Amino acid sequence: MNNLTFNKKLLSTLMLALVLTACKSTPMTKPSIEDKSVGQNTTTTTPAAGADDGSTVKEVSLDDANANDAGNPLKDPNNILSKRNIYFDFDSDAVKAEYRPLVEAHAKYLLSHKDARVIVQGNADERGTREYNLALGQRRSVAVKKALNVLGVQDEQIETVSYGEEKSTGCADEACFSKDRRADIVYQGE
Amino acid sequence: MKIFRFLAFFTSFFASTFLFTPVANAALEIEISGGSAQQIPIAIVPFGQGEHAATMSGIIAADLKRSGLFRVLETGGVASRPTDITQIKFAEWSALQAQAMSVGTIEPQADGKLKVSFQLADVLKQTQLTSGQYNISPSQLRITAHKIADAIYQKLTGESGIFASHIAYINKSKGRYTLQVADADGANPRTMLSSKEPIISPAWAPDGNRIAYVSFEKKKPIIYVQTLGGQRTTVASFKGNNSAPAWSPDGNKLAIVLTHGANSQLYTINADGSGLKQVTKSSAIDTEPTWSTDGQWIYFTSDRGGRPQIYKVSSQGGDPKRVSFEGAYNVSPRFSPDGKSLAMIRNDGGRFRVALQDLNSGQVQLLSDGGQDESPSFAPNGRVILYATRNGGRGALAAVSADGRVKQRLNESGGDIREPAWGPLIK
Repeated sequence: MNNLTFNKKLLSTLMLALVLTACKSTPMTKPSIEDKSVGQNTTTTTPAAGADDGSTVKEVSLDDANANDAGNPLKDPNNILSKRNIYFDFDSDAVKAEYRPLVEAHAKYLLSHKDARVIVQGNADERGTREYNLALGQRRSVAVKKALNVLGVQDEQIETVSYGEEKSTGCADEACFSKDRRADIVYQGE
Repeated sequence: MKIFRFLAFFTSFFASTFLFTPVANAALEIEISGGSAQQIPIAIVPFGQGEHAATMSGIIAADLKRSGLFRVLETGGVASRPTDITQIKFAEWSALQAQAMSVGTIEPQADGKLKVSFQLADVLKQTQLTSGQYNISPSQLRITAHKIADAIYQKLTGESGIFASHIAYINKSKGRYTLQVADADGANPRTMLSSKEPIISPAWAPDGNRIAYVSFEKKKPIIYVQTLGGQRTTVASFKGNNSAPAWSPDGNKLAIVLTHGANSQLYTINADGSGLKQVTKSSAIDTEPTWSTDGQWIYFTSDRGGRPQIYKVSSQGGDPKRVSFEGAYNVSPRFSPDGKSLAMIRNDGGRFRVALQDLNSGQVQLLSDGGQDESPSFAPNGRVILYATRNGGRGALAAVSADGRVKQRLNESGGDIREPAWGPLIK
């Protein structure tokens, strides 16, 4: 299905009711219409060509550039450095003991590769609003950063960001929500 | 409450839409509860002959119909086709029970422009109520029709219109995210930005010509401002997150949220990316800023009290004061255009609903009944709140009147649409 076409249809239909909601609720008792507005009764307007009426909307398309290098320990599935996901309990930003080896491995790598930079991406499940979940995901990325800090990694090698609920998997139950409550370690250039 | 059902309401008006749709003519069914007890009967006489005239009168009629305040009369049975108030045989139109009628002309000019004139007449008093003239290019026909509909709406209801405006929203489709801008009637959707990484939090500048948004195209949230003409500026790309842009009422500044390696905090920044100033300093989450209409305050979400609630802080910084007290979870504040109330999202026993708080009395009314409602956005006249909801696992848009009387949800699903933002009236 053509999505633009669908949207057009959807939104057209939606707007039907949007504007309907501006209804007056009190019954009108007056037998005829009346002029309820104040001020001028005649307007003359000459919009400038290409004025902000949206007639000249332009699209910006983003390139999908993505580096894809293979054959390093960070990508080796047998190396713990390829493990990048740290999962959290509900409403928690505590890094659990089971992830200690993972965090230690990345700390060791960062300490021996001072040029390496990581972005710790925090995530939240989709319950709640997008921006608030972005802030919640940030808490988790900060928690992972602090765990790396304790092991000696300096802040300049770590950036903490959040994807909030944007990478959530479209869950409907708690077992699934738990997969969305995580922080991902991403090396610069990946 | 009355239930109106409109089946395939737009079939003729948006006929072109269906031509591209494989499953053609699926009935668009909308359930609307509430509405006006009495509708003003109005006749929209085509503005002369030809395609332009038919397009224009069609848009005006559709706008007024959708408002629920008007009954647009079928004019096919009337012999005369006046294009000026002096030509109206009022007896014919009062026989049709019209109380108001609009007539007009569209005259092509030598320079390729169109001169559109309209008059709104009171059929019973046989007088002119308002009129307008527009010198436009043919591409401005649609927006001009919306402006005329707004002029009629305003004259007969006393409320400012909302038809000549845009809405923005995010569509997720086939793994790509697009920022879309459409006319307020949903027509004419255009893609402003396309990316395989998420786009969130679109916000209209007060001039209606710029949208701030957050794009994850560089694997982290960065704030951009883009004009409708496609000019794009990076406003905030600091270490950590850059998110939740909110325009100041004068359109010169944005309230934003930055993290700098720690929790989310509020800042203000000029629209060109200069003049960064920190507004809140806490160890809690401070996010989702919205400006008061006078620009004095920034309202925001914070969990400094343990649970997320709405607070306000001077836009110059200072000590925040708590604003929301009912309920254990209130987020996403949005100031109403008249500055008298605050829309927000409340977690009501696990259901996320749109709520409206009167800022004078502090009273809160829950407006929507959805389970995962988000992103409230006021219509330019403040009478309607557009918001995102979930329908069958997908994002959809819905709306509720600010008095809570009228609720609407689209029954048909298929797209994944979120983050609606209703723009200002187009001048």
